[in-house]
Amino acid sequence: MNSIITHSPALLIAIPLFAAFITPLLSRIHRRARDGFVLIVLAATELLALLLAQDIYANGIRKYVFGATLPSLTHPGTMSIPVRIIFEIDGLSIFMVLISLTIAFVATVYSSSFFKKEDGLDRYYTLLLLVTVGMVGMELTGDLFNFFVFLEITSIASCALIAFWVDRGESLEAAFKYIVISSIGALFVLMAIGFLYGQYDALNIAALANSIQFTFIDKVALVLLLAALTMKAGIAPMHMWLPDAYGEAPPSVTIAVVAATQASLYGVLRVCFTLYGKGLRLNMAAVGWTLVGLGLLTIFIGVTMALVQRSLTRTIAFAAVGEIGYMVIGAGTALAAGAQNFATVALKGGVFHIFNDVLDIGLLFLVAGAIIYATKERDLNNLGGLAKRMKYTTVFFLIGLLAVAGMPPLNGFASKILIYESTYQLNPIISIIAILSSILLLAIFVKIFYSLFLGPELPHLRDVKEVPKGMLVAMAILATLIIIFGLFPGYVLQTIVDPAVAALSNPTNYINAILGGA
Amino acid sequence: MDETSKIIKTVSSVMFPFVTIYGLYVILHGHLTPGGGFQGGAIVASGCALLVVAFGSDAIAKRVKESQLSLLESIGALGFISLAFVGIATTFFYNSLAGTKFLFGRIPPYGSNPGYLSSGGLLPLMNLAVGTKVIAGLFAIVLILAIATRKKGGRSK
Repeated sequence: MNSIITHSPALLIAIPLFAAFITPLLSRIHRRARDGFVLIVLAATELLALLLAQDIYANGIRKYVFGATLPSLTHPGTMSIPVRIIFEIDGLSIFMVLISLTIAFVATVYSSSFFKKEDGLDRYYTLLLLVTVGMVGMELTGDLFNFFVFLEITSIASCALIAFWVDRGESLEAAFKYIVISSIGALFVLMAIGFLYGQYDALNIAALANSIQFTFIDKVALVLLLAALTMKAGIAPMHMWLPDAYGEAPPSVTIAVVAATQASLYGVLRVCFTLYGKGLRLNMAAVGWTLVGLGLLTIFIGVTMALVQRSLTRTIAFAAVGEIGYMVIGAGTALAAGAQNFATVALKGGVFHIFNDVLDIGLLFLVAGAIIYATKERDLNNLGGLAKRMKYTTVFFLIGLLAVAGMPPLNGFASKILIYESTYQLNPIISIIAILSSILLLAIFVKIFYSLFLGPELPHLRDVKEVPKGMLVAMAILATLIIIFGLFPGYVLQTIVDPAVAALSNPTNYINAILGGA
Repeated sequence: MDETSKIIKTVSSVMFPFVTIYGLYVILHGHLTPGGGFQGGAIVASGCALLVVAFGSDAIAKRVKESQLSLLESIGALGFISLAFVGIATTFFYNSLAGTKFLFGRIPPYGSNPGYLSSGGLLPLMNLAVGTKVIAGLFAIVLILAIATRKKGGRSK
């Protein structure tokens, strides 16, 4: 048991990666065998992550040095800086890993009954597992170059997944946009890594964070990293790829890509709070205000654009853009506030909202997918009166819409109230815009709910049936989590969010775990 | 485009073994000289691409099936990860073959020397696995692209 936990950082990557290349072989036997295998693997990985999480909450940061004679041997021989690839897992990393693996599991459950006749499904599962590997790797790694490698794995695999429906021109366009944005972003990241490596001869995040001097080149590198990662996280004004990618991919892919987007957001947090963490109390206020500004813009653009869409998936996609803004505002407020005590509250709200957003938006996308599956329609004008035919789906959509709009007692409220509270202390206008946008979101989704589910039955939707069990189970998992998080926000905050926030606000712990308190 | 000329076919057939052997050399010496699994695999795959160009995608597709290539690709990837798992008793990716009397276990002496092929532990084996994957993957890509462009009326001019 103990040795499993010791090796679990590596296993979290290795098991899905191994499974990714077994699936094409298994699908030669039978497609059920393949689906079941992927499910079991992801469930096992999730269990492993939970075990690791428990250990981290009890004993603090865990590290894993690849290829060393001991998993904790960070400085082999007489080396003064860590040279091997090191995974370093603190509260924030494991929080994000839990999100990614939960979403990957839900996506697999959903796709096992969503896809029936499509070919290329063996590659679909390979790519889905590779996206999972990429996200988890980005979140676990303590090495900046390794982060770049996993970022690339995630981008390329998600690009191929977005283009899964190759016969639709829109999917191809979305995938092309995505790969262009991703490649540009990846080059930015690589260049920034080059700048940092050239100055400090290190790639390890902890070692870099320890020796960072805030020279001009460091600031250029910070701007490059933030530009690339916010672009990949879909923050305005670089959000244009996101509605396409979210709206045109199969829904099970969309929620995996949503989780991958959050992994980029994790990169933003890690860069601001750990890599440049020494300046946390000094000169990051400008960065904080920039993030707040971008966040407000993101919310505004997302919500107003959601208002005018006619396609169901694109509406949700723009709402997803808006939701990302809330997390960025939370993180930005924490940076801008510096040492003031509402900084922690803002960060708590922002970090908690990452999980809530994935659940809420994910549920809405799955419902949208269910509607497309049942009716073969995407246009809101051609849909209506589905409540009688699709009872469960209606309930799930209702839960999702209330959660996204931040209505109590669902989870969206729990994190948004923390963001409103803290941003109000920074500047009342921020929280006013945030609240108004949230109300607007509610209005949009209530309108959609009405036009989708209520009203008279449409003649061409007479023989619509409820979707298969696998899809309902996937939606039910997300809805249950939404309700649990909404009813017991205090418990959730204490168990998983607080360690994540503590990890962000104390970069010294992260540095000392590798460099040994020197 | 019609059939390629006899000259192209003959020269390609003569070149193919040399290209392949050179690629395999780059793969096997990956732990000693510049190169490695990816570079060598790309060289071998370019040799295969030469054959596709010279003999046409139809002739090649009759001999090699895309599903066989993807099987080979999976085996390469699985081999790489399995080799990483070999050292899991110590750490993941631990080079447990290095320094043993077994295969590739020789420790080269200090000072300047040309290096020994039988050193490096798991690294040459990992290079071989990566090479297998890259050969199969790139060959499959070239083959599929060739077949796909032919179907779309590549014959018209």
